[in-house]
Amino acid sequence: MSKFLKAVALGVITSGPALAQDDAGRLGLGREALPEEIAAWDVKIMPDGRGLPEGSGDVMTGEEKYLEHCAACHGDFAEGLGNWPKLAGGEDTLDRKDPVKTVGSYWPHLSTVWDYVHRSMPFGQAQILTPDDTYAITAYILYSNYLVEDDFVLSRDNFLDVAMPNADGFIVDDREETEYPEFSGEPCMENCKDSVEITMHASVLDVTPNDPDDGDGGEESVQENSEDPPADNAPVEDASAEQATEAAAGGETADAAAGEGDEQAAATEPDPELVAAGENVFKKCKACHQVGEGAKNRVGPMLNGVVDRQVGAVDDYKYSAAMQEAAEGGMVWDDETLHGYLADPKGFLPKNKMAFAGLKKTEDIDAVIAYLRAHP
Amino acid sequence: QGGPDPLITEVQDWARYTGEGVDETPYGLPIRFESDVVRRNVPWLTADPISSINFTPIHALDGTITPAGCAFERHHSGAIELAKPDYRLMVNGLVDRPLVFTYEDLERFPRHSGVYFCECAANTGMEWAGAQLNGSQFTHGMIHNMEYVGIPLKTLLDEAGVKPEGKWIYVEGADASSNGRSIPIEKALDDCMVAFKANGEALRKEHGYPARLVVPGWEGNLWVKWLRRIEVTDGPVESREETSKYTDTLADGTSRKWTWVMDAKSVVTAPSPQVPIRHGNGPLVITGLAWSGRGAITRVDVSVDGGKTWKTARLAAPGQPMQMTRFWLDHDWQGEEMLLQSRAMDDTGYVQPTKSALRAIRGENSVYHNNAIQTWWIKQDGSAENVEVS
Repeated sequence: MSKFLKAVALGVITSGPALAQDDAGRLGLGREALPEEIAAWDVKIMPDGRGLPEGSGDVMTGEEKYLEHCAACHGDFAEGLGNWPKLAGGEDTLDRKDPVKTVGSYWPHLSTVWDYVHRSMPFGQAQILTPDDTYAITAYILYSNYLVEDDFVLSRDNFLDVAMPNADGFIVDDREETEYPEFSGEPCMENCKDSVEITMHASVLDVTPNDPDDGDGGEESVQENSEDPPADNAPVEDASAEQATEAAAGGETADAAAGEGDEQAAATEPDPELVAAGENVFKKCKACHQVGEGAKNRVGPMLNGVVDRQVGAVDDYKYSAAMQEAAEGGMVWDDETLHGYLADPKGFLPKNKMAFAGLKKTEDIDAVIAYLRAHP
Repeated sequence: QGGPDPLITEVQDWARYTGEGVDETPYGLPIRFESDVVRRNVPWLTADPISSINFTPIHALDGTITPAGCAFERHHSGAIELAKPDYRLMVNGLVDRPLVFTYEDLERFPRHSGVYFCECAANTGMEWAGAQLNGSQFTHGMIHNMEYVGIPLKTLLDEAGVKPEGKWIYVEGADASSNGRSIPIEKALDDCMVAFKANGEALRKEHGYPARLVVPGWEGNLWVKWLRRIEVTDGPVESREETSKYTDTLADGTSRKWTWVMDAKSVVTAPSPQVPIRHGNGPLVITGLAWSGRGAITRVDVSVDGGKTWKTARLAAPGQPMQMTRFWLDHDWQGEEMLLQSRAMDDTGYVQPTKSALRAIRGENSVYHNNAIQTWWIKQDGSAENVEVS
């Protein structure tokens, strides 16, 4: 075969047959989406209310649901806790320094509230709210912004009647007219200004996280960086060591108080499989609780050493009155109390502030207790 | 000079004994001496690290490609684990045929690749009201630049067949936040892609494994991770992420929406507060990054006197559309104080503005889309601070 023919033959082989496409250029990949599948995933609500399901909810029911599911982060009155978003207030602040952007002061569409609450909230437990729950919570958020009265009932029928205060507060990106002409053209290269003064220093605020020195070359710094924990981790490690010691001490006391009968149980090695299963279950708790090295208090207290410890014993954590009362009564987080509490937090300890519905399966509770026990 | 250097005159351990074998690290991490080159979080910014952001150590990198392991993360409900066999992508809405694709299906479509920067709209957002954070990692680190492989979004939309009344798409992720966003159909059919590889490897979990949306030049929040659904709609959904967030409030209290494009921007990454000058007088490499969501970077100027005079820096390579560009300026430093700035230009003729020019139009409360010129005050001892100048 001549070199030329060889090349042609190779060319044919390597290019292969053309992809089979229909008239519209489709490859026929994928399969048809079934109506049930579309219904399961397509839960969006359009600004004109399209997509809203049947149902309704009133302000009072909404308050109940809100306290159960939302208040732990957003505050009892939608005022926001810590850095968690404020949902109410902020009217007439948008043109001031540090505007307060809430549902009432900023959000242009009520559909967004319903959609987001139903789709993505509560944080760490998305999509547990029914349409009725969602109407009710949305109604309560409106009420907390003084946009409806306390006897208001929200439903699909009156959804678009609610006037959002900042509905007309938005314009479409206008940079093309307001900025691009001004920020275009040949820039100045010489004598662009007479004088330059420093008008503000970042060090005045001093809000930069501690940072290991990246610029220091040489052997010494290499040793320092590689052998020691980075400077910004040091305080965290110290704190965790301290907490761990305290927790351990607390645990010992509890064990001693519980008497000899429990010693055998405490000595039993934790089942690694159960602990691993518990780690998985703990994902439901992670939005609010930390456990393990460096665990800190967040929405809920850190949970190192919680098993067999006195209730309400984490320093610097602000417990609910109900939890403090239980602590004063001498309650201990043992197998029995943890089972009761984790199965039904609100029923077991009424008016405590943990916004969690509870674990339905006993094996999940067993697993998560084993996981917590593995973090003394 | 204190005589011969023992590192040269004495046989070192590494020159006598053997190092690690090839089985030691099947998929490696950087050498331990680089352990300070890591993403960092600013804890006071957000309520919870699960819905938060960290920052790329741009001060310690060079070139343009961001290593995935230190490319910034932004999650709204944490980085989820979604296995390829469990992955489904639905295309529905105003289409001829609503479809479901598996991950395997995606890999069978004709592929496309491209290098793009992904910048969070909030990058430099903490600097609106004044200089705040000391370090380019913190002021400008909500950005990464990676080489993606995937399929054009247009291919998927064509497969389903967009109806004439389809004017927007709505995209959402599989995570608990879903982070839904609306994108005009023109952009969707233009250069968006569904990516499954970045820098040659599978997407990292924190970047949306196994598949994410890439929206070149537009704000990072649109680059939906763990992409699970694309719906063709007749209008924008006006979701939480495109109304209550990622909108820009002006001085008079009105707010801009749909401000998707990231304008031209640059920053000197070194010297900077995390990278002080330690080598004394003489040759100094001033380096930084420039990018534009509207096109290619054509030029970067650098000023050492707070903007009185400018010199044009060298570009490591000609700028490419919606990619990061590396610039260098070789400077003879004689221990003088400097007010170091960089100013990017793109191929639309746009020139990166000063902060006061931006404030004159937008006020100080926009939170997002701050692309102003950054100033580092380099002191006589070589240390540096984030400042604002007149």
